Amino acid sequence: MRKLTTPFIGLSAGMLLVAPWIINAAPYESTMGLVQKVFYFHFPSAILFLTASVICGVHSFRFLFMKRQSADAWALSAAELGLLFGALTLVTGPLWARKAWGVWWVWDPRLTSSLLLFLIFASYLMLRKYGGPGSERLAAGMALFGMLNVPFIYVSVNVWRTLHPMTSVVPTLPTDMGIPLWFCFAAFTMLFLALLTLRATLELQRARVEALYLAEDEA
Amino acid sequence: MNRLTVVDVARHYGRRKALSQISFTCDAGEIVGLLGPNGAGKSTLLNVLATLVTPSRGSVQYGDRSASEGGAEIRGVIGMLGHDLFLYPELTARENLTFFAQLYGVTGVAGTVTAALDQAGLAERADDFVSSFSRGMRQRVALERALLHGPRLILLDEPFTGLDQASTAALIARLQERQQAGCLIILATHDLDVAEGLLSRAIYLKDGRMVGTDTESGGLADRYRRAIQ
Amino acid sequence: MSEFFRVAWHIVRKDMTVEIRSRELLFTTLLFAVSVVLVFSFAIVREGRAPDDVAAGILWVAISFAGTLAMGRTFERERYNDTLRALLLAPADRPAVYAGKLIGLLLLLGLVEIVLVPLVGLLFSAPIFSYPIMLITLLAAGTIGFAAVGTLFAAMLVRVRSRDTLLPVLLYPITIPVMIAGVRGTAALFQATPDEPMARFWIGLLIFWDAIFLTLALWTFEPVMTE
Repeated sequence: MRKLTTPFIGLSAGMLLVAPWIINAAPYESTMGLVQKVFYFHFPSAILFLTASVICGVHSFRFLFMKRQSADAWALSAAELGLLFGALTLVTGPLWARKAWGVWWVWDPRLTSSLLLFLIFASYLMLRKYGGPGSERLAAGMALFGMLNVPFIYVSVNVWRTLHPMTSVVPTLPTDMGIPLWFCFAAFTMLFLALLTLRATLELQRARVEALYLAEDEA
Repeated sequence: MNRLTVVDVARHYGRRKALSQISFTCDAGEIVGLLGPNGAGKSTLLNVLATLVTPSRGSVQYGDRSASEGGAEIRGVIGMLGHDLFLYPELTARENLTFFAQLYGVTGVAGTVTAALDQAGLAERADDFVSSFSRGMRQRVALERALLHGPRLILLDEPFTGLDQASTAALIARLQERQQAGCLIILATHDLDVAEGLLSRAIYLKDGRMVGTDTESGGLADRYRRAIQ
Repeated sequence: MSEFFRVAWHIVRKDMTVEIRSRELLFTTLLFAVSVVLVFSFAIVREGRAPDDVAAGILWVAISFAGTLAMGRTFERERYNDTLRALLLAPADRPAVYAGKLIGLLLLLGLVEIVLVPLVGLLFSAPIFSYPIMLITLLAAGTIGFAAVGTLFAAMLVRVRSRDTLLPVLLYPITIPVMIAGVRGTAALFQATPDEPMARFWIGLLIFWDAIFLTLALWTFEPVMTE
């Protein structure tokens, strides 16, 4: 994946540059008008936000139970991206909500769970930062708990009636709305993967430098 | 467990090397001293040997079992007396020993506890709170606590700190008795005078590395100085 | 298996012995919980009347704040003479140590709740006796969920310097689902016309959550506690 990071970044940058025009060309949604177009950024951000938490959880599991040292770098990278894409989701969401529902925020299950997941990422990173040596393992343990909340988020929309659009709306989108959505989705995903790889590589290299430093004066 | 084998053990905390390239072997019936200045890694090494800390590199073999497979079984043959004594000040001596005997799965708890209290010479103070004991008395209880389950590997971290002569002599006698019984004893200490007649082997540590080991007797202070310099 | 419970039981007994002597943890936690209830009541009650549903919220906030304090304190005791290490050195399954600490904490929180629930019932005229079994089940399920994660985190943080602030920071986001279920369920039971099916739903969810996270905690205890 490392080889693909540069083309991914280039492609996604290009696509995001072009995106406003494509989004503009998409039809207006009947009830919400212009504001609905935030959806094209909001939806990919939200999906990647959830994906980041799964990635973080999986690698935390590998680090903690399968003793894979390198997995820790990927967990950290995923957590930081989770924070970033979570922030994007939690900013674009209210922007849309204000116009569509009249309020900046409602305490329905999905919104609440997303905010919580965001807080979980934040506290994971705080533990890693302020936990002192050995905090990687502690944070990995904590990340597992965080990840198990993810299905909770997805189920919540389908179990409770809520203001949030039902998850099943996406497959039924008309094509001319579908195109900008998948376009943005592709752009965001490439960006996500590229950043994830770059950050994890950085972390792995830092660990290697440390190992080399430690091996320096050994016979 | 007859032999302890330590192979190329290292422990890093970030960029700090608490231990590196530690290798040695010792057998049952030895009293091994870990000697070195503060920060040399003695406590860390003891923690690694007690399986409380996993080494960043290298392995430890307890007889024919390695630390990674062992788990609860290996812990059953290890007894540790830490720097902080591992006793509950709000409980009496008897209660402390009883709790740990039960926890460590000792059969015949009451009998073992009474015997331990006698060994420590504290039978009359058995029902007093540990918080009211002097350092020496607490040490004695703590040592018996570590020995309750009849461990074959006994680890002690600075056991002579703050002890008066009588307590020191009692501790030495107890350790020698355990040595006769075929236990392997590893203790970290600063106190070269006391260690002088006690150790059958010395391992010198400085800045996390082994800078020497010998099994001579006598002239420990000089050997130490030479090794550490 | 019985080995596991035997070890856990001895730890519970030891903690109870220590606690009965000083009663420090019980009194301070209890007093703190009551203070929380009063502070929130003063903050929220207006013109002598509280908004609806506030009783449930205040109850659970008090439980979670007091619980966090108690967890920290329990492990602080084990840190004092490094006895936690002696516990980990025992030739027994390490999760048994976790279980012992958890049960001890649950007993403590149970005692606190026995005082808090009537207090809240008194202050807010909440019908605590209309569905006693459901209320008790709800409280039990919620407290178990909260304590299960909290005990693990408190144990994890024992060697970390900023443990006092990090414990709530880590614990609250992850246990908010428990809080939500607890509050909503309790509120459903405290309503003018209690919503039994709703309460039952939340209880079911809590039990599900508890099963998952208790298992996870037992599983992660050993890897997370070995340095």
